[in-house]
Amino acid sequence: MTTQAQAPESTDDTPQERILSMVQAINEALDVGMTIDETVFELGEDIQDPAGGGFKIHKGLSTKFGLERVRPTPISEQAIMGAAVGAAIAGMRPVAEIMLMNFLAVASDQLINHAAKLRYMSGGQTKVPLVVRTTTGAGGGFGAQHSDMLEAQLTHTPGLKVVVPSTPADAKGLLLSSIFDDDPVVFVEMFMLYFTQKGHVPPGDYRVPLGKLRTAREGSDVTLVSWGRQVHDCIGVAEKLAGDGINAEVIDLRTLVPLDREGLLNAVAGTKRAVIVHEAVRRGGYGAELAATISEELFGELAGPVRRVGGAETPVPYARNLEAEYLPHAGRIEQAVRSLF
Amino acid sequence: MTATLEVDPTTDIDPQILLGIYTIAAKIKMYDDTYISMLQTGKATGMYYSPRGQEIIPSAIAQVLTKEDYVLTIYRGIHDQIAKGVPLRELTAEFFGRVGGTCKGKGGPMHVTHPESGLIVTTGVVGSGLPIANGVALSAQMRGTDQVTVVNFGDGATNIGAFHEAMNLASVWNLPVVFVCQNNQYAEYTAFAQGTSAAQITDRAIGYSMRAFHVNGNNPVEMYEAARQAVDAARTGGGPTLIEADTYRFRGHTPQDPMEYMPKEERAAAEAADPVPALRRRLLEEGIATEEQLKDIEDAHRAEIDDAFAFAEASPQPDLSELHTDLV
Repeated sequence: MTTQAQAPESTDDTPQERILSMVQAINEALDVGMTIDETVFELGEDIQDPAGGGFKIHKGLSTKFGLERVRPTPISEQAIMGAAVGAAIAGMRPVAEIMLMNFLAVASDQLINHAAKLRYMSGGQTKVPLVVRTTTGAGGGFGAQHSDMLEAQLTHTPGLKVVVPSTPADAKGLLLSSIFDDDPVVFVEMFMLYFTQKGHVPPGDYRVPLGKLRTAREGSDVTLVSWGRQVHDCIGVAEKLAGDGINAEVIDLRTLVPLDREGLLNAVAGTKRAVIVHEAVRRGGYGAELAATISEELFGELAGPVRRVGGAETPVPYARNLEAEYLPHAGRIEQAVRSLF
Repeated sequence: MTATLEVDPTTDIDPQILLGIYTIAAKIKMYDDTYISMLQTGKATGMYYSPRGQEIIPSAIAQVLTKEDYVLTIYRGIHDQIAKGVPLRELTAEFFGRVGGTCKGKGGPMHVTHPESGLIVTTGVVGSGLPIANGVALSAQMRGTDQVTVVNFGDGATNIGAFHEAMNLASVWNLPVVFVCQNNQYAEYTAFAQGTSAAQITDRAIGYSMRAFHVNGNNPVEMYEAARQAVDAARTGGGPTLIEADTYRFRGHTPQDPMEYMPKEERAAAEAADPVPALRRRLLEEGIATEEQLKDIEDAHRAEIDDAFAFAEASPQPDLSELHTDLV
């Protein structure tokens, strides 16, 4: 770590390390996307300067690109999503912000019935190259209507790609890949990572391919499968277990659709044990799909059942102690891993 | 810009435009009559939502649109699709779920897409086309073209939230879009006044500071004039317009609908005023066309329609491998 990046629009290619927060990395991806392709534009609530959004994701962008391309909208999620769908099918690459993931419910007709299905229903004639960026996560004290992880609702809908980054570099690289993908992508950011995660982010048009998992920690005894914030929880648990002689591998799926099925199965085949950790309510969660996939493919090789750790089967509570208990915290992850030995 | 504007039904109109409106309206009527008779004889199956009675609206709009302009419609949209120029062969094959259809049979009658004709989306969800139309119009605005986007919907659609969100955003962004409410007096089985608090849909435009025309959609002059002014405005940076085009649905919500909710006298009066034969009579009375000319037009339609149904019937169902294509 030699320098702190100051200007998010920096595209210098000097070899020095550039340490950015998640917020800065996402801002930089949006900046690069709009710079290299004039069909890329943003729309969403409150995204204009001087605030540049509630989390300052868009800081500087409307000043640089103008309000034609960084378009503030009324609080109208159906209108935002519909405008993104329409613009996408007619030649643009919109990046729509739905301020919080719970509000996807308000826009779900446009997302589920239209964005996800237009390519299929048109027999392949219609491309829908849009990105829906949204943020969420428990732990911020926002209560039940601003904190849900709803990725299972999205992965259950054929036609949508679903991305959940866990590091600044991935946030930038995956977002740029999503922007230039020809299918609708829901890009889920977890606001608990926005300012806590800092790391080296490659400059310029840096892309991380969709559908390729990342091994966040090498290990040989058990595979912890996760995405988003929980990747970091898993790494913490793995470090602790290492002291007790359990060498845990942590994989970060990065994209849930398309799923790196081969990478997932190879990882678990190598360790014979799997624990899936996600923040969403466990019941009906995407972890159930992964557990079933692993069990179907590797049943004879597994040293124990596939374990799942997820959020409590409740809405996200407000009281701090209840909210902390709701989350798939380290204690519960550790317990699940130890149960396999 | 808030007023509800009137269109004078006695406005002068180029006779060739009236003939143009009739040419398309006759094709729609003949196509629909054919489809209904084939459903009745079991030669056609599947979902079908008849636009019979509403032919003049898209036929008049078509007079002021170019091929590059966009049209969105809803499941009751075959008149809009025909008027925009979607080829009858592919259109019919799509209705039949055949591989020769506009969407390889994968969309079906409620989801017809034919970008080549500018028929960019058909939605099966009431009211959902309006927000999408805004985006299509926004794309044209940002790309700097003069393409206009027309979105068709029924009176029932004006009671869902998407209508209101879309009207508001179109006005705020001054989008080149024309909202066409084909007010056929019934939202499925529910009469207009039973489900709509406004006396007329155009009253709602006032709340969005939007230009609005309330016209008799079955009157070709009124409909053409409203469409002309709305499309001109959109094309020249004048922003969106709401057109409420009064019309009447001659057949049920679906072919199986017994239409018990429609007063018999009301239906009889509407059918007596059937706009397509009325326009035909007018063309003859005013000497705009001769009987022979109209017959030639209709014969050509007959041949095209028969050919389309034969094409659709002969087209195979899609290969089973299509189940998994066109997907992420």
